[in-house]
Amino acid sequence: MAHSSHPGRIGTANVGSLGVDSRKLGVWTFIGSEALFFAALITTYLVFAPVNMARADAQNPKEYLDIWLTSVLAALLLASSLTMVLALAAVRRGDMKLFRVWLLATVGLGFSFLGGQVYEFTELYHHGATLSSSLFGTTFFVLTGFHGTHVLIGAIWLLSVFFKVQRYPDSPETVMDVELGGLYWHFVDLVWVVIFTVIYLI
Amino acid sequence: MAIAQGHVGHVSAPPATTVPAGLAGWLSTVDHKRIGIIYMLAAFVFFIIGGIEALLMRVQLGTPENTFLTPDFYNQLFTMHGTTMIFLAVMPMNVGLGNYVVPLMIGARDMAFPRLNAMSVWLFILGGLMLYFSFFAGGAPNVGWFAYAPLTQKPYSPTFGVDYWILGLLLTGVASIAGALNFIVTILNMRAPGLSLNRMPLFVWMQLIVGFILVFAFPALTVAQIELLFDRHFGTRFFVPSQGGDAVLWQHLFWFFGHPEVYILILPVMGIVSETLPTFSRKPIFGYAFVAFSGVAIGFLGFLVWAHHMFGVGLGPLANAFFAGASFLIAVPTGVKIFNWIATMYDGALSLTTSMLYSIGFIAMFIIGGLSGITLASPPVDLQQTDSYYVVAHLHYVLFGGSILGLFAGVFYWFPKVTGRMLDERLGKVQFWLMMISFNVTFFPMHIIGTDGMPRRIYTYESGMGWDLWNLVATVGAFLMAASVLLFLWNLMVSLRRGAPAGNDPWDAATLEWSVSSPPPPHNFDQIPVVHSRRPLWDHKYPEHAGDGHGASAPDPLVAGFEQPAIHLPSPTYHPLILGVGLTTLFFGILYSSIPPLSISLAVVGLALVAFAIVGWVRDSHKDSPYAAH
Repeated sequence: MAHSSHPGRIGTANVGSLGVDSRKLGVWTFIGSEALFFAALITTYLVFAPVNMARADAQNPKEYLDIWLTSVLAALLLASSLTMVLALAAVRRGDMKLFRVWLLATVGLGFSFLGGQVYEFTELYHHGATLSSSLFGTTFFVLTGFHGTHVLIGAIWLLSVFFKVQRYPDSPETVMDVELGGLYWHFVDLVWVVIFTVIYLI
Repeated sequence: MAIAQGHVGHVSAPPATTVPAGLAGWLSTVDHKRIGIIYMLAAFVFFIIGGIEALLMRVQLGTPENTFLTPDFYNQLFTMHGTTMIFLAVMPMNVGLGNYVVPLMIGARDMAFPRLNAMSVWLFILGGLMLYFSFFAGGAPNVGWFAYAPLTQKPYSPTFGVDYWILGLLLTGVASIAGALNFIVTILNMRAPGLSLNRMPLFVWMQLIVGFILVFAFPALTVAQIELLFDRHFGTRFFVPSQGGDAVLWQHLFWFFGHPEVYILILPVMGIVSETLPTFSRKPIFGYAFVAFSGVAIGFLGFLVWAHHMFGVGLGPLANAFFAGASFLIAVPTGVKIFNWIATMYDGALSLTTSMLYSIGFIAMFIIGGLSGITLASPPVDLQQTDSYYVVAHLHYVLFGGSILGLFAGVFYWFPKVTGRMLDERLGKVQFWLMMISFNVTFFPMHIIGTDGMPRRIYTYESGMGWDLWNLVATVGAFLMAASVLLFLWNLMVSLRRGAPAGNDPWDAATLEWSVSSPPPPHNFDQIPVVHSRRPLWDHKYPEHAGDGHGASAPDPLVAGFEQPAIHLPSPTYHPLILGVGLTTLFFGILYSSIPPLSISLAVVGLALVAFAIVGWVRDSHKDSPYAAH
């Protein structure tokens, strides 16, 4: 079908009245909503942190959390943002081979992060920190657990982009598909930076 | 006025998209108009159900020490009544009207994301059905629509009612966020050439603002509900005060959502009357920019006033002063709008159609609700009135006298566009007056019994408190309101079959939806218009005062000024519906987490359906891409 001058369908992407691709505007809006979602969860954590410490059944996060393990995990996730940028740059150049490498590297780093998180949760469980052991357990597992779920969704999103590109290699929407998955991935990484700071550093 | 079709010329006829006939066509639809109709019909059904719940409560309260309902069932009824009217009646009615009208108003062929749009409507309906399923699964939620902690904890609410409330509303929440995102992108990105933001119809403006409010307010409710779900199912203690949890945190999270929600319910309706009042006054809206930006101001301030629902908590004088001040501030943009509407009518050639009567009724009733709202925004006054029937009176004046009356104005206004037939005006006017009188008979006395000390949410009261007479009056009023709704239902059915044909433009209106046939063709516009002013259709009909009314000659908006695109409509698909069913099944799995075999099998089936639907969805989107080889 021919390219057309409809405001919703101009050029090679769905550029509209604002001069932005509609899907990109949608993903940005979604990210705005997600930001509020994590803001509420992080606020909950901060509200309960001092309450936890003041209680008889307090569990001090500093005694339970392994800052070194988590620093490595944070480094993995930050590295995945770099590989994501490289994947997008490759697909923009039309270098599909490197694109596959970098995209799969991103997904791999994401799954490594999740593996580390599963290990961390298991260790904590063996040391007596659970959802119900203390206010620390309650807020820590729900906040980091929901972040982990978002990493998982992001990884599945990127995998689906990978398979879509395999299936429809000639689609003119490929670059935008990659860019949108990448936007969400960077957002999830950014949230981790905040969570890492709030829970592990201060 | 008939629209000349001679300009179509080089535009090819729309391809015959194969839309399945009958029910299949509706279940697989991605057409914003059909989706809008599904939204509105479902919302109307839920409105009737919520109304029946209200009538049952009014019977119980009609006489002192009545035993018509058990206390627990009464609690279930007021919880379900509030939840239904807010989440399943008024919100989706606004969304439905917006879905139908917004793309037509901005000269678009559909919403930005038609499949996401279909997913939203199914998730809303499935969420509502899941909530109502609780009646057959051990009892409906009985904790109020705001579900304060710690009453919602397992020991105090042992049935599954609260879980149905959480998970059903999470489904409608996903629907709402996806829908809002769709409205934002559609309105910002799908406007016809020349339709700049400051030329958009005010109804579109208000839908845009509501989209933003929704996207930013709903996550707070989602988080609160998830935390509550974990408390009830997985042993956390967010809202368990005996273990260090915080019941007031629930209130903060809930009302951070809950107050913006009030504007989600009222702003689209303010948009409706900003369309009907100019049309039936035969004048442009007075102070267009003020109405638009007052909406923005209301949306913004709406995020800063949530704790005025919590004065009773005792947050301290500083917090109370801030939230009271911010709440008073909202009266300013609201007042601006009301004066603009009145000034629009001033010196106009008023035609008192049913839609116009409802619009004027909206202004009058909303002013009463606004005034009682001002009293409630003052902490010392609020401490006397909170949790009394005064609050019930206030909220029904803004949400019924405001939202619902305004929605009636919108339904009488756009029904001809949707169906091609006029609603009966004589029946409509009788129904309007019956509604106006009975609404006030029902709710005005609640100001009095509230001030006399009758608390909310009590299933009965003793005689001799001075409340007997007014309660009986309110009950009689409620049944008269029901009669009015029945009259409207009758009007709907009669007019659908035998209503006068509407033609394209029965009201001699100014916006683009009236330039196409009633009902519009599937692709909406044979050719995309080019907009030169706030009143494109007016320019076409009355070129002598076209443009922005200063006599400068403007080109006819209905004559294409650019090369017209080929018409491309997305194909019908069941995948959004399957995704909705899958997510609902998964949520049932979460709900029955205490019964592992059932829970796991439901979750697995649900996830499988979701995965299947997503794969199909990606295929659909590729198939419908304008670049894919056909």
